Amino acid sequence: MKQPFETVVERHGGTVLRVCRVLLGVHDAEDAWSETFLAALRAYPDLPDTANAEAWLVTIAQRKAIDVLRARQRQPVPAGELPETPSAIGLPGAADDGLWQAVAALPDKQRRAVAYHYVAGLPYAEIAAILGGSTDAARRAAADGIRNLRKNYPEATTEGMPS
Amino acid sequence: MNESPTDLAEAGQLARLRLRLEQAAEAEGLLDVAYTTVTSPVGPLLLAATPKGLVRVAYDVEDHDQVLDTLARRLSPRVLRAPKRLDAAARELDEYFSGRRQTFDFPLDLSLSAGFRQLVQRHLPDIGYGQTRSYGQVAALVGNPKAVRAVGTACATNPLPIVVPCHRVLRADGTPGGYAGGPDAKLTLLRLEAAA
Repeated sequence: MKQPFETVVERHGGTVLRVCRVLLGVHDAEDAWSETFLAALRAYPDLPDTANAEAWLVTIAQRKAIDVLRARQRQPVPAGELPETPSAIGLPGAADDGLWQAVAALPDKQRRAVAYHYVAGLPYAEIAAILGGSTDAARRAAADGIRNLRKNYPEATTEGMPS
Repeated sequence: MNESPTDLAEAGQLARLRLRLEQAAEAEGLLDVAYTTVTSPVGPLLLAATPKGLVRVAYDVEDHDQVLDTLARRLSPRVLRAPKRLDAAARELDEYFSGRRQTFDFPLDLSLSAGFRQLVQRHLPDIGYGQTRSYGQVAALVGNPKAVRAVGTACATNPLPIVVPCHRVLRADGTPGGYAGGPDAKLTLLRLEAAA
């Protein structure tokens, strides 16, 4: 039997937001989240009852993230001053900012593999289905990503926030 | 560790995104079932509405999670907490409980019941505020005087208690009889209406 969509949003809303942040950065993550859940709501009645809802949402989020990136590339880049936008996570310089930047700097496939495994908690078989390629390749990409993070963001391995 | 401010910021961001989803879903015609919960003198009430109108009022003892599962199965799995669609119903119920309202004006969706049960439920609002009828009288009212027991079932399965006033139907001896919200809730409503 299918659960009310509300349960899906409650259970997976936070995870999808964190995945969107890794894919797009903090500012565009909100648009991708909104597009993801609206598309999911539309398609929800046709989702098989046995499907892994989180893997399904992450697949949609990846598609929407690509849409957002394409739209961003089409927009003219303003020269001169950068606009000051409010922090979407509310706390500039909060605990994980540096970590998010280090994650954002990873090569695309590594970043996605890290997001899907360590942020969304998906098994590598599911990640392989989303990324394309083999389960082993997905596992390798995530491991390479973590190794790069350790190198570029040493604080990630220590307890607490950077001072 | 300093996780809580980040968690709080994320909770706030998710709340904002939830509101945006609610608005977009309504605008795109994807909000098949909107619901909210309100407080009342008879405990927390779940209110649910389709685009046609209010479809369900549920007491706490009915288990709101289970009621939502049933709505997902019987109407559509596109069920979202979306209080805005329930604004009018929530306001009018509030007025009713404070004794300032005797009838409800918002549209109803009776699609959760069918046949004789729905016929009875359509006629229940004919029993005016502060009045009561016996199950037998209601059976006569709907033109089937022998169907006393079926009227009892129709009242017991009323998907819209309070709004469709099954609480105004009593046993022939004047005792309250059963009620989805429990006997105390039925008495509370009868006393409220008698006092006005």
